[in-house]
Amino acid sequence: MRAIDASDRSLLLVFDDRISLAAHRDVLRLTPLLRPVTGVTNVHPAYASILIDFDPRVVRHRAMERTARDLFVQAVTAPIPEARTVEIPVVYGGAGGPDLESVAKLTGHTPEEVAATHSGADYLVYFLGFSPGFPYLGGLPESIAVPRLETPRTRVPAGSVAIGGSQTGVYPLASPGGWRIIGRTPLRLFDPQTDPPTLLQMGDHVKFVPIAKSIPKDTEGAS
Amino acid sequence: MVQDLGRPGYAHLGISASGAADALSLRAGNLIVGNPEGAAALEMTLAGGTFEFEQRAVVAVTGAEFEADIPLWTAVWIRPGQQLRCGRARSGARGYLCVNGGIEVPLVMGSASTHLLTGLGGFEGRALKRADVLRTGSGRPPHSRRVTFPRPTPSPILRVTAPANIHALCAAIWEVKEDSNRMGIRLRGAALQTPGGHMITEGVPLGAVQTPPDGQPIILFVEHQTTGGYPKIANVISADFHALGQLRPRDQVRFEHVSMDAAYTLLKAQEEWLHSLV
Repeated sequence: MRAIDASDRSLLLVFDDRISLAAHRDVLRLTPLLRPVTGVTNVHPAYASILIDFDPRVVRHRAMERTARDLFVQAVTAPIPEARTVEIPVVYGGAGGPDLESVAKLTGHTPEEVAATHSGADYLVYFLGFSPGFPYLGGLPESIAVPRLETPRTRVPAGSVAIGGSQTGVYPLASPGGWRIIGRTPLRLFDPQTDPPTLLQMGDHVKFVPIAKSIPKDTEGAS
Repeated sequence: MVQDLGRPGYAHLGISASGAADALSLRAGNLIVGNPEGAAALEMTLAGGTFEFEQRAVVAVTGAEFEADIPLWTAVWIRPGQQLRCGRARSGARGYLCVNGGIEVPLVMGSASTHLLTGLGGFEGRALKRADVLRTGSGRPPHSRRVTFPRPTPSPILRVTAPANIHALCAAIWEVKEDSNRMGIRLRGAALQTPGGHMITEGVPLGAVQTPPDGQPIILFVEHQTTGGYPKIANVISADFHALGQLRPRDQVRFEHVSMDAAYTLLKAQEEWLHSLV
């Protein structure tokens, strides 16, 4: 594990320079041990790294690094938390999936094949980032990988299921976005009134489940 | 909009801390009116508004040089029914209207801070508009008898720490672009060469200077995404975060590379200045 002084109030722990399941397991086990440490203000897990924000009036880099290394020793022998599988119902295409046709054309499939391939795969939540509750999912079949939009949309509706490069994810809240939208889920991936406020957590397995073509009106409001 | 010092502790869920763009001025204003440093206040960006107080209040306006019908950086006693007018900022970008007792809004994940991008927190998750009514809490009036407090002077030089040589960043003059906001301060200038190689997404801190493919740096600001995939070549020091919050479109800035030790010396001096106010 490498430690980099990223700013005067943060330390970056790097486990690998590539996406790997081994690095993911390190991140998955160490992140919850870091969050309650005195002086830690935020922890940002990612594919193969963890950024720790701290209050420099309380703790500095070398003490934080020592604590992180001690916790890492504990973490590697800790059991991997039992993975949950979360099913996400999706209406593919139609008004909620405006880019399904173009993804089909770009990949040489029919829209139905794209939907079947997308929902046929098993996905892993590597981490949440980018915006509240947004899952970085691993496992997108290469056959439906497509580049991001040239010009991002200024507004992607909440619940949009999208593909960007070799990644797929769901936008929990309306936000700008450059990924191609292939469907919409009626599930709320983020609700600040619940505890925890996100539907998904790091380490979850996700399955997309195709549902009927029309979205009932009362499930459209999730922004 | 309503701001306090933000909601740390949720970055692992993709939620950045948000909070005041110039936290130093918010903290100072709160101390001046006798509040805890982190009480909720109103953040005004480039222009304020007219505020009518139903009851007596003790207020202070800190931050930038706003046109106002009260002196700035001063505790002022307001009568019931009195209106307070805050016009445009003559220089700088953010002002803070702090009220003894704090502004009361429902807390979201422990904070009153508005996160504009996601519509979370603050007053209905948005900037205030005409006819909005805000509640204030009750507090003990300030005991300080000082009239006007000294204010920090934001400099057009942003000091940064960096792991490697950042000569090109520091040699150039950068202009703040119009599309800068609470998520990031976008700069225009001679395109920087971006480091080659593929970078996987990693966590990013407040004040990070990112270089996207077009070579135009972006300084990550209070509503920044918690993770990012662009190279990061430097980081603004904590002691200069308040200066980021006072940047206006078309302002010119330069960067100066300083050591981590220097960053801490400057931060310590700033904290001592803040606590000398009361």
